[in-house]
Amino acid sequence: MEIKYAKTHEWAAKEGDLYICGLSEYAQDKVGDVVFVELPEVGAEVEQGAPFGVIESVKAANDLYSPLSGEVAEVNSTLEDEPELVNSSPLKDGWICKIKCSDESFDSLMSADEYEAFLKEQED
Amino acid sequence: MLKTVLNSFHREAGARLVEYAGWEMPLFYSPGATEEHRIVRRSAGLFDVSHMGRFRIQGPGSEAFLDRMITSSVKALEPGESGYGILLKEDGGIIDDIFLYRTGNEDFTLVVNASNLNKDWDWLNHFAGEYDLALSDESSETSLFALQGPSVIPVLEKLTGLALDKEWARFAVMDLTLEDIPFMAGRTGYTGEDGVEIFVANNRALELWNVILKSFSEHCEISPCGLACRDSLRFEPGFPLYGHELNEEILPPEALLKWACDLKGDFIGKEAVQALLEKGLEKKLITLSLTEKGVPREGYEVLSVEGDVIGTVVSGLYAPTVDKYCANAFVPPAFTKPGTELQVSLRGRVKKAVVEKRPLYRPSYR
Repeated sequence: MEIKYAKTHEWAAKEGDLYICGLSEYAQDKVGDVVFVELPEVGAEVEQGAPFGVIESVKAANDLYSPLSGEVAEVNSTLEDEPELVNSSPLKDGWICKIKCSDESFDSLMSADEYEAFLKEQED
Repeated sequence: MLKTVLNSFHREAGARLVEYAGWEMPLFYSPGATEEHRIVRRSAGLFDVSHMGRFRIQGPGSEAFLDRMITSSVKALEPGESGYGILLKEDGGIIDDIFLYRTGNEDFTLVVNASNLNKDWDWLNHFAGEYDLALSDESSETSLFALQGPSVIPVLEKLTGLALDKEWARFAVMDLTLEDIPFMAGRTGYTGEDGVEIFVANNRALELWNVILKSFSEHCEISPCGLACRDSLRFEPGFPLYGHELNEEILPPEALLKWACDLKGDFIGKEAVQALLEKGLEKKLITLSLTEKGVPREGYEVLSVEGDVIGTVVSGLYAPTVDKYCANAFVPPAFTKPGTELQVSLRGRVKKAVVEKRPLYRPSYR
């Protein structure tokens, strides 16, 4: 399963005919303990790079930006009671939503290697 | 950015560092803020609070001076005791909240918020000239730790061989030694747990910090703790934080701090406090919790069930011990009764809330 990343630190990967998204390992570590996730609504039209949810950490509310353009098909409602999954399993159990979208939207994201280089650049 | 003596420890421990009142301070360490909060509630946590200001006031005029400057009774403090108080402007607005240690008959140490240090210093100096005393800023001479949690006194008893729990009253000060490192400690703190606050010479501070972590870990669970959990730990027992529940526009009774004002004594701002009490309060501090999912944050509007804006959130967070999303806000007295239904607007999304009975968490030593 190829995982791609947005500059805003969300990831996306193809799963069947949908794309599954979440917050990157790097970003979950940066925001610290996640205490609440405001999920997008199922059926909502989302646009790549536009806010579509909120991650509340111990200290602040951080916008979540949609890594893809399309329609929200499913959300991870487990996060309503266990937001800490975003910290403990950001790429698996802590997924945020599944989006129905075109492949072009996905192709424009960074590969894992590109994302790593991007993070390095950001740190400097 | 200013750095405490413990800065190298914080860095090596991999703490998330943030700027706070001009200081580079740890926000949380590897356990994360929520777990650090729980460790303090169940065992012990060690905080570097060396960024806080410390002023020394010495001389024959010091008691009378402090009694005028501080809302609580300084005369009532015996040498070896400490107490909470507030500095007010003449109009009753809060300049800072402070902790005063009386270390001798004519010798006091005033602990002030880092963010208010310069303002407090100027304010105190403005009046000090009328009294026979010496006022000095000793903030950079010692380091200050808070060691907090239910295991703190029992383990300190083992390490020192002293019957501390029996002989050490809340708010009393003791001179102690651990592995030949001398320090002064008050049985005080700001977490709602029993524990101590430690003043130690800078040249022994790192050594003492490491001795505490190592020797405590042989007897109980302990973690260094950052500012994030310090905030949630002070929030649950209802302790105010300057810049949130307190500022120059708020008078002590509005922030539920009438108890810290000795109205039989004389202090700057007393007339304003009395006038407000006679007139009646127009706003008062409440703690609320959301009954729908969401996190209330500072600046969010508080609404009545009818939808009228009645106040603003001054502190908001997830409170780990009570497992609720909570906020402090100032609202008119008609909305302060526990159980009163309210609403909070979370960036445009209106969520149901209810006024909580304070405190959310009763301090373990009370």
